[in-house]
Amino acid sequence: MPVQVPDLTPAVPQIYVLIMTCVTLLVSLFASKKHSAWTYILSQLTLLGAIVLTLLYFHHKSQVTFHGNMIVDHVSMLLTIFICAITFFVLLYSRDYIKQHKMPNTEYHVLVLFSTLGMMILVSSYSFVSIYVGLELFTLPLYALIALRRDSAVYSEAAMKYFVMGAIASGMLLYGLSMIYGATGSVQIAEVVKVISALPSSQHLIILFGLVFVIAGVAFKLGAVPFHMWVPDVYDGSPNTVTLMIATGPKIAAFGLVIRLLAETMPDVQLAWSHALMLIAVLSIGLGNIVAIVQSNIKRMLAYSSIAQMGYMLLGVIAGTANGYAAAMFYVLIYSLMSLAAFGLVAMLSRDGIDIQHIEDLRGLNERNPWLAFMMLIVMFSMAGIPPLAGFMAKIGVLEAVIAVGHVWLAAVALLFAIVGAYYYIRVVKVMYFDDPLQSTRIDLPTGDMRVALTVNGLSVLALGIFPGILMSLCQAAF
Amino acid sequence: MLTNYFPILVFIAIGIAVGGGLIIFSRLIAPNKPNAEKLSPYECGFPAFEDARLPFDVRYYLVAILFILFDLETAFFVPWAVVLHKIGLYGFLSMMVFLLILVVGFIYEWKKGALEWE
Amino acid sequence: MDNLIHNITLVIVFAPLVGALSTGLFCRKISKGLTFAITIGLMTLAFGLSVYLAKLVIFDGYTSNEIVYTWVKSGTFQFNVGFLVDKLTVLMLLTVNFVSLMVHVYSIGYMEGDKGIVRFFSYISGFTFAMLMLVTANNFFQLFFGWEGVGLVSYLLIGFWFNRPTANFGSLKAFVVNRVGDFGFILAIAAILNYFGTIDYAQVFALAPQMAANNVTMSIIGGTHSSVISVIGILLLIGAMGKSAQVPLHVWLPESMEGPTPISALIHAATMVTAGIFMICRMSPIIEYSQVTLSLILVIGATGALFTGLVGIVQHDIKRVVAYSTLSQLGYMMAALGASAYAAGMFHLMTHAAFKALLFLAAGSVIIAMHHEQDMRNMGGLRKYMPITYITFLIGALSLAAIPPFAGFFSKDAIIEAVKTATIAGSDYAYICVLIGSFVTATYIFRAFFLTFHGKERMSDKLKQQLHETKFVVTGPLMALAIPAIFLGMLIIKPILYPNGFSLLGKSIFVLPQHNVLASMGEEFHGVLAMVNHSVQTLPFWFAVSGIFVTWLCYNRFPELPAKIVKRFGIFYNILVMKYGFDDFNQIVIVRGGHRVAQWLYQVTDSEFIDDTFVNGSGRVVNAVSIAMRQLQSGYLYHYAFAMIVGLVAFLVWLIF
Repeated sequence: MPVQVPDLTPAVPQIYVLIMTCVTLLVSLFASKKHSAWTYILSQLTLLGAIVLTLLYFHHKSQVTFHGNMIVDHVSMLLTIFICAITFFVLLYSRDYIKQHKMPNTEYHVLVLFSTLGMMILVSSYSFVSIYVGLELFTLPLYALIALRRDSAVYSEAAMKYFVMGAIASGMLLYGLSMIYGATGSVQIAEVVKVISALPSSQHLIILFGLVFVIAGVAFKLGAVPFHMWVPDVYDGSPNTVTLMIATGPKIAAFGLVIRLLAETMPDVQLAWSHALMLIAVLSIGLGNIVAIVQSNIKRMLAYSSIAQMGYMLLGVIAGTANGYAAAMFYVLIYSLMSLAAFGLVAMLSRDGIDIQHIEDLRGLNERNPWLAFMMLIVMFSMAGIPPLAGFMAKIGVLEAVIAVGHVWLAAVALLFAIVGAYYYIRVVKVMYFDDPLQSTRIDLPTGDMRVALTVNGLSVLALGIFPGILMSLCQAAF
Repeated sequence: MLTNYFPILVFIAIGIAVGGGLIIFSRLIAPNKPNAEKLSPYECGFPAFEDARLPFDVRYYLVAILFILFDLETAFFVPWAVVLHKIGLYGFLSMMVFLLILVVGFIYEWKKGALEWE
Repeated sequence: MDNLIHNITLVIVFAPLVGALSTGLFCRKISKGLTFAITIGLMTLAFGLSVYLAKLVIFDGYTSNEIVYTWVKSGTFQFNVGFLVDKLTVLMLLTVNFVSLMVHVYSIGYMEGDKGIVRFFSYISGFTFAMLMLVTANNFFQLFFGWEGVGLVSYLLIGFWFNRPTANFGSLKAFVVNRVGDFGFILAIAAILNYFGTIDYAQVFALAPQMAANNVTMSIIGGTHSSVISVIGILLLIGAMGKSAQVPLHVWLPESMEGPTPISALIHAATMVTAGIFMICRMSPIIEYSQVTLSLILVIGATGALFTGLVGIVQHDIKRVVAYSTLSQLGYMMAALGASAYAAGMFHLMTHAAFKALLFLAAGSVIIAMHHEQDMRNMGGLRKYMPITYITFLIGALSLAAIPPFAGFFSKDAIIEAVKTATIAGSDYAYICVLIGSFVTATYIFRAFFLTFHGKERMSDKLKQQLHETKFVVTGPLMALAIPAIFLGMLIIKPILYPNGFSLLGKSIFVLPQHNVLASMGEEFHGVLAMVNHSVQTLPFWFAVSGIFVTWLCYNRFPELPAKIVKRFGIFYNILVMKYGFDDFNQIVIVRGGHRVAQWLYQVTDSEFIDDTFVNGSGRVVNAVSIAMRQLQSGYLYHYAFAMIVGLVAFLVWLIF
């Protein structure tokens, strides 16, 4: 019996990225030093091409291919577009940093591309096997990226921590998945759903057992309490642009993981996982916001803030309704945009001996470069959830979703900690605008395209706050 | 269904019993009178020249890892070769794609000089 | 066709915004010439298109009600941006864009040499945008956006010369008093959202009759029952009172004269202050069902028409006279609305926009010539020096005093007649007020006229030598505005008030049959000429003429007379000079009293109780918790792994058992 050839058209973006990544690798391997710009250009073309190819396919309805291992629906396409677009900005932001810090150009770009490919596969995978392949493909390059400068003890330490913790988490996830496979006899999500809903509830025990491990693995990827310990250390210990990479795209991919593994695979035990996520969300929001307050290092502060933000995002998932998932998706997309701008600014300003490490280093930024300070202000206010910025709309969405299913206390707790959280975001603004600068020299981004990109990035946060309608309705249409 | 796994359980139990049993058993019945000479490292009757924990060249690890990497493809090749006539052209091409990607990795490794000892 | 109207409206509304943003954001880099070109070019575009839109809507009878963009969707509530384009909207578009265009042109001359001229142009374009959003809204949300937008820009413009303390005080006062009105307005919107479940005009208006018929009530204070329609109507009225400066929320308007004169003309005479009038007209399908609200509107309007006019008689600042005149005329418009003669209110709004802008700009022209001297006691005899300003001011004054056949005559006469015809509670009182008001109107405006342009030349000799007519950019708009100030009334009285086939307002205004005073007046209307002829036999005409005569006596023939009168009737004079004590009352009771309460709240509750105990206390607690919790992050890998395992086990135990 010959194996049936699957329909490859839905997977064209992924195939394209794979081919282009190999091409990029070979070209930059054989090109002379003078032509190293080609690596950058090819990488960006890869990402833009992936966006265009996905957009071309966007009018299609949900489609399953590769023998039930891959699904291309609006969730995956929307996430793919954002992942590629955000990675595009990441590469743009990091171009100068790589040069300044003498990081290997070829490896940096190729690893970023492979990781992106992993995320793309992850968000459109429809079986446990492809989920795991995607997951590993997107995390392994990240470990390598952190330790790309082998001579630095700090980076090596961060990479080691991330790797060991990541391995434990993947192990847990894999264990959970094999447990569910054992109970249901299938790795394909479409099959698993059917089997679970047919199971009598007395036999749910083994599913629950697997579920707990799956949740642990997923929570690790999101960086949610109590699986968050790696987040501050890795964010802090990585090169700034790698932090930028880790803090943006992977959050979107992890959201995809949540949707595929929890929302789509186990709607029948929704009560169980939403209870677990509730605890995780509350702990994340609480711990993230509270501990962020005492951080003086800006990357650590943003790391704790990301823990809290992921907690907010989970609120939408907890609701378990289509509206809730849409709100969570909106949240994670907005968060990755904000995080992109915040870490991007930190990464791009760290040059020529100036290193932005501590919040204090931003003192008087308004006098040294008012426009950058304004962009940072937009992002900080948005993260704090101040209207009319995108972060506010995102928070409204998830809170509305949990209230709609009756968890008013959850919304109240979330709001309470949002107030606590506003403190450390606004402190950054205060430092930028009201403290005297240590040096009065003007500070600026390296090149014009970075200035434009950061402006686009910052203003998009504003624009999506004032006009959330389009993105919001796209998110709602996806579920 | 779980009954199918019963022999494995038995196997594990026997494994633990034998392994653990021997250690405990020898501890219980063997005479144990250590002295300094008995505990010192033994090397053909001479005192030891150097520490047993020798640092050896890190490049060896690199070679070892690369070896494992390419060795693993064999693990895919054998089952593939066995059913090649059943899976047809599609199966053949799939493996070629896999090989191609592997070759790209190989070119990278070669060009980077990972295969040269010095 | 719907699409065409929709797109045209989009361009009309957003053209001024583009102008405002492009000049405002680059105000330090852009040159003056370019600013004029951009803003005036875009305003011309907007005006031209609104003329075309007027043709489509008024003559060809198209209307459009479409949603442009859904801003937020929350449950069943939708917040949209949408345009309702009907005849009422188009009339407002024409008025607003015409006056705004004139002011743009005029400001080139008036603001010449001011350092903030680019900023100024950005503001007035921004104002026009907000006003257009307001009049084109098809829902309460957008209405409120425009409402607050014009309030904000008005605040910025009154305080345009921000280094003058009086300007800052004036802008603050305008803002605060408007907040009071806005508070009522936002409560009204909340009530509508609550009881109607939507904020879309069309749906709300469709539900209103049912709401009135079922006599739905709400309980504001325990045990009482108030009709929902009436409560909403009164709250809307409070909103309108703030923006349209009705007694007792009128106190901000005279202070607003601290802004540049074009602003006084644009915002505080012709457009923004009419927002309240427009809003009540727009809300006629709700207001009509509430007798109480109508009576209240009538009484408040009529009171304002008479009593604020009286204050105008004793002012010395030429702009303040015109400002009090605005208050009084707004009172007339309100009174018309109260009498259910919405069309008459709109009619007066339009004629008033023309002649009041004219008066303001003429006053501004005088002020430029006098080198920013505004006190009329230092003027006199200016007619020799400034003939164009003289004639245009006279036209404006005659129009304002309702002398036939000037524009103001037709509209004001219709209002007085409508109030007389009306039968609702308070209409008798209102009739007396508006009737005497017509005498008062003539008196204050001709007092200003004679003091400024006739009589002895009281200015210094040095100034006298420099006196000359102002430049064409200033006189041009004056002449342009003089035309509608004369002809607008006779041209549109028939289609707007007594439509017979061709109508200017059409179905955009709703009047219950039992309130329809204009219909009964229409039976006695036999054309413009007949109305002019007939006016000689009516009371308002003779009141107005006698007003002019009295002022002529007092200020031209016997200039020593006013001083004697003041001496004789000292008490009345003082009451008027004190403006009935509104300002003092506010200053003493509200400002000072509020200050004291605030001081107490600040010291006792805020700084001690809330700040120390709660804010700093919770801050300290959070900080302590935070410091304790950061210790968890030890940096050791095995601690982290341990935490993960513990977490996992905890979840296992929790979920499975």
